[in-house]
Amino acid sequence: MSAREEVLGRVRTALRDVPGAEKPADVAVDRPQPRPTTAADVDLFAERVADYKATVVRCTPEDLPTHLAAALDGVPRLLVPADLPEALRPADAILDEQLTTAELDTVDGVLTTAALGIAETGTIVLDHGPGQGRRAATLVPDRHVCVVRADQVVADVTAAVARLDPARPLTWISGPSATSDIELDRVEGVHGPRTLIVLLVG
Amino acid sequence: MSATFLGTPAFPTAARTALADTQLRRNLAHATGTIRAKRAAVVGEVDEWERLRRAGAALKDRTLRHLDTYLAQLEESLTRAGATVHWARDAAEANRIVVDIARGHGTDEVVKVKSMATQEIGLNEALEAAGIHAWETDLAELIVQLGEDLPSHILVPAIHRNRSEVREIFLREMGRYGRPAPPDLTDTPAELAAAARAHLREKFLRAKVAVSGANFAVAETGTLAVVESEGNGRMCLTLPEVLVSVVGIEKLVPTWADLDVFLQLLPRSSTGERMNPYTSMWSGVTPADGPQEVHVVLLDNGRTDVLADEVGRQALRCIRCSACLNVCPVYERTGGHSYGSVYPGPIGAILTPMLRGVGHDTQLDSLPYASSLCGACFEVCPVRIDIPEVLVHLRTKVVDAHRGEPKVQNLAMKAASWAFADARRTAAAERISGAVGKVLRGTKRRAPGGRGVLGALPGPAAAWSDARDVPVPAAESFRAWWARTDGGRTERQDEDGGAQ
Ligand code: SF4
Repeated sequence: MSAREEVLGRVRTALRDVPGAEKPADVAVDRPQPRPTTAADVDLFAERVADYKATVVRCTPEDLPTHLAAALDGVPRLLVPADLPEALRPADAILDEQLTTAELDTVDGVLTTAALGIAETGTIVLDHGPGQGRRAATLVPDRHVCVVRADQVVADVTAAVARLDPARPLTWISGPSATSDIELDRVEGVHGPRTLIVLLVG
Repeated sequence: MSATFLGTPAFPTAARTALADTQLRRNLAHATGTIRAKRAAVVGEVDEWERLRRAGAALKDRTLRHLDTYLAQLEESLTRAGATVHWARDAAEANRIVVDIARGHGTDEVVKVKSMATQEIGLNEALEAAGIHAWETDLAELIVQLGEDLPSHILVPAIHRNRSEVREIFLREMGRYGRPAPPDLTDTPAELAAAARAHLREKFLRAKVAVSGANFAVAETGTLAVVESEGNGRMCLTLPEVLVSVVGIEKLVPTWADLDVFLQLLPRSSTGERMNPYTSMWSGVTPADGPQEVHVVLLDNGRTDVLADEVGRQALRCIRCSACLNVCPVYERTGGHSYGSVYPGPIGAILTPMLRGVGHDTQLDSLPYASSLCGACFEVCPVRIDIPEVLVHLRTKVVDAHRGEPKVQNLAMKAASWAFADARRTAAAERISGAVGKVLRGTKRRAPGGRGVLGALPGPAAAWSDARDVPVPAAESFRAWWARTDGGRTERQDEDGGAQ
């Protein structure tokens, strides 16, 4: 018997007490009601992202270039996804046209957009669609500058899950990487970008 | 460079050794206390936490009661998404699958994300035996691995090491396995983390094959999720060409929308954060992004035995948050190593004996007794596992398994099982044992390690204490101590009056 058949067979034997007529939906699940997103969620998002020791800069579309330049200060080699909107792309940025991992390790920062932001948890979600780059691009460089539009902010995890497409790879980012493994002393920045700057526009 | 739990003495003996280790106790007390407070704060922020817990429990019950359907569905959606699905009846089979994949790519190393399932099956040892190095990349796991040590806590496995020990381990060991630690390394946590970053980066950039577990696997979409803090998970899940994920068959959730509930329950219960720094989700292969060869090993290894136990089945709801460890007075005072398993604490006390079977191993059979049944674990558990209920149930099974044996040990087991089966009886028995302890403490002798132990006891317990030394009953009963000190929280280190 194949391992597959044997494991499935064991599962069925183990579940002999479950009535044959029972359907999964017969096991009732009562979930908390989702909360609608309100205008206050943009403030909450900014606050909660900052709680994780990420830098949050709120600005208007007009001010964005100035704040962007400041966020990218001290990043001599900047990587951008090849499909990052022209308006956001600094002239000397390196386009990520499938750089090798070793090449990725030589850039100092990366600039992307995001799929959405979650107010309640201060989370940025990348679905690695246009402007967001492939997963490695926002991982290997030491600084991640991320542009999030205010209208991309949703209230909570429930709203985020409802809006995201699981067929895409997803990266949920809540502050810079961190560890508390040594005497529970929180240290920001282990393997991912040690600096996370969120530009919240609008 | 690995150690195992094989040969760990039965819980009472191992616990006595740990109790003598003040550094371990102090670190554990600090860790569990800190995480407890953080958890309470962020759980308090969620209005409908209780409803969320009930939803989590119900969703897992739905999955477990129809696991055959969901496993078949997961296999189908993973395959559709470009992943290769393997099935493993036991540890040896799972290890063989991973070793064969690594060998097939001609590599002599893999990078690993912290995963309890791969620890449970001893994958690192199997890989080493096949000449393949398995690099643990979680900071704590790295400390444990370089220190040739065993993890002591699900969440903070190196909590038994202090910063100067970590510095020594890094200075001594890193150079043997790759990039050495800088010679002027100090013991500040930030510098130690930076040394780990530099040491591991060359391995991430070079590795062809990564091995992970998964916190969740969505049957409907074939999505796996890994929840982490440091970014080593993202490195492993993204950079290598080949990714192998070993997933216990209890990790399933039915639909993508169901993941929502668990993504709220887990981080708040686990690290006491609204959300952990990084969560990665992927469904099979994404062209031009991440590993282009993706394997998923669906692991049984005793889980179907747990599933077959109608009372014990609920243990498979566990999402490994470790909240039950942090509130457990027995865990806090005895340490993770006493449980002799990768699953320590209250969940370990029920899961380990069920995974491996009761009645054939004294160490396993002693685990269901490693509890005072105070119920704190049930109260914090995000999926409402009634650990005390399962403990009592397992004690009965242990006693049943030994029925008819000529060993007097049975009697003690039986007595304990009877006493522990009812909270009021437990309290009464503990009061009595406290009183007896007062008398007996006058007659105690010193064991070789200097511990206070009792010689032979009279009555039915005599044969039991012939075989092994029995710890002196505490002056104060466990429950009385717990009530007086709020579970040890208000007790000063130097006036330690709890169970010995
Ligand atoms: S038993 Fe419950 S509290 Fe303990 S680790 Fe599992 S999910 Fe968390």
